[in-house]
Amino acid sequence: MGGIIARLFGGIPRRGLILLGVLLLALIAAPLFAGSYLLTVLILILYFAYIGQAWNIMMGFAGQLSLGHALYVGLGAYTAAALYVHFGIGPWIGLLVAVPVAALAGAFIGFLAFRFRVGGVYFAILTIAVAEFARVGFDHLTWTKGSAGLFLPVAQYTHNDLWNLRGHPVMFYYILLTATVLALIGCRALLQSRMGYFWQAIREDEEAARSAGIDTFYYKMVAVVISAGMTSFAGVIYAFFYNNLFPEQVFHISRSIEIILGPIVGGVGTLFGPILGAFILTGLAETLSATLEGLGIDLPGAKQVFYGICLLLVIVALPDGVWPWLRKRIGLTERGS
Amino acid sequence: MSALLSVDTISKRFRGLVAVDRLTFEVPEGGIFAVIGPNGAGKTTLFNMIAGVFPPDTGTITFAGERIDGLTPDKICRRGIGRTFQIVRPFPGLTVEDNVIVGALLHRHQVEAARGHAHEVLRRLDLYDKRDQRAASLTLPDRKRLEVARALATDPKLLLLDEVMAGLRPTETDRIVSILQDLNRETGLTILLIEHVMRAVMALAGRILVMHHGASIAEGPPEQVVRDPAVIHSYLGAEAV
Repeated sequence: MGGIIARLFGGIPRRGLILLGVLLLALIAAPLFAGSYLLTVLILILYFAYIGQAWNIMMGFAGQLSLGHALYVGLGAYTAAALYVHFGIGPWIGLLVAVPVAALAGAFIGFLAFRFRVGGVYFAILTIAVAEFARVGFDHLTWTKGSAGLFLPVAQYTHNDLWNLRGHPVMFYYILLTATVLALIGCRALLQSRMGYFWQAIREDEEAARSAGIDTFYYKMVAVVISAGMTSFAGVIYAFFYNNLFPEQVFHISRSIEIILGPIVGGVGTLFGPILGAFILTGLAETLSATLEGLGIDLPGAKQVFYGICLLLVIVALPDGVWPWLRKRIGLTERGS
Repeated sequence: MSALLSVDTISKRFRGLVAVDRLTFEVPEGGIFAVIGPNGAGKTTLFNMIAGVFPPDTGTITFAGERIDGLTPDKICRRGIGRTFQIVRPFPGLTVEDNVIVGALLHRHQVEAARGHAHEVLRRLDLYDKRDQRAASLTLPDRKRLEVARALATDPKLLLLDEVMAGLRPTETDRIVSILQDLNRETGLTILLIEHVMRAVMALAGRILVMHHGASIAEGPPEQVVRDPAVIHSYLGAEAV
């Protein structure tokens, strides 16, 4: 047990542990103080922090750019929702189907690309193509009600039913908080494992990695499958939180872009970057909305323009992301923190 | 000495160009074998076939008694052949230590065991003090030694070195030469090198193969090869005599 704990926290400087602990406590206590608006924002932040980490495994660790992660969110959401609507199968059992479905889709894309040496931007285009294919396909899939949308029976907030994920947003908040923390621990373990080293080698120089004896096909496949499976869990939560699914929304490419902005702003390939990025971006968007509203500005698209400008400034000033810079500023330079 | 690597009448053609033409040679176990020749002679093509980047059109390559021609680079590395690249390609974003750990993890499943082995290799290559630097920040001589370190960390029986001395100052060359000599003597590591720096070739090689237009024009001990009229004519130049 002591060994496991030492392994979990080994290499993180004391100051980092303290900051992490304070942040975690603040997040655990947040629902006690947050109003329903702030709680919704926090749920969004955790949602993006979690998926950002899943995407980061593929891109940040193994160097495989996916621009179609909405596919895995959508497959997870639709699989669990359809099982619930049609057969009354609860989301946790549904998860046992949703994760393999998404993982299989990832394996399919990975196999096509890696077997036939499709790399770089062409790989990214393939991920978009499959997600778009799914969007159009689900538009016509009558089993999931096509473009009319799949609706889950809406819950009464009288009591929280964790087993069926019917209840108050606070329940979803804690589920996503747990998932985000577990994802952080899992990603750290992966990055520091043998496979993590091989992924980074592939990311840095695939040919050199092959020459160092690494079966690059296998390790890239594993990265895609883990990332896809992890992402689908967020899809299941999405379905049961919003209670409605439309292919045009769930699988849309703008959803895939939304997913990757957080890790990019936070720092691709870092462990804490996706989490920080989710806070920055969702926080920024909500602050902009509130500010514009407060100023009485009601121009359509104004928020998007400001959002774009802020994003541009961050990326120009800190091309490696905010976290590597912030980590240095607060004196956490140790690797893996 | 028995042959660790046997190359038997291999050829490689790129469209109309015959890069390697029915080449045959053997590298004895524990030996240091050099391949020299003018630019475009087919040396790197030969290396790429041995390392599995592409298969030979004809002929066979046998390593430790087994056919390896046609295997992929990762499989060949796992069989025990480590290589460096002519244009160095360390993993630039990783630290020196992590670069070598990647190699060491090939036959080790625990990261800590790999780290221990990586430290040994780094000490041998005079890179231990730089282990926390990012590989991208190293100077060329250090990057060249890092390439060797990463290949060495995979515990190869045969090390393929593609012009590791190129672009180095004589003192740097001598440093690598002595490191390679020690490795060969102490661990019995077999080395096959492509090299232009004759100073290094003469100091290291027990046997030299001279390539010209894809074919072998001479093979033998260094003293004999450098006096060969064909070699002088096509490669070394008359002033070398």
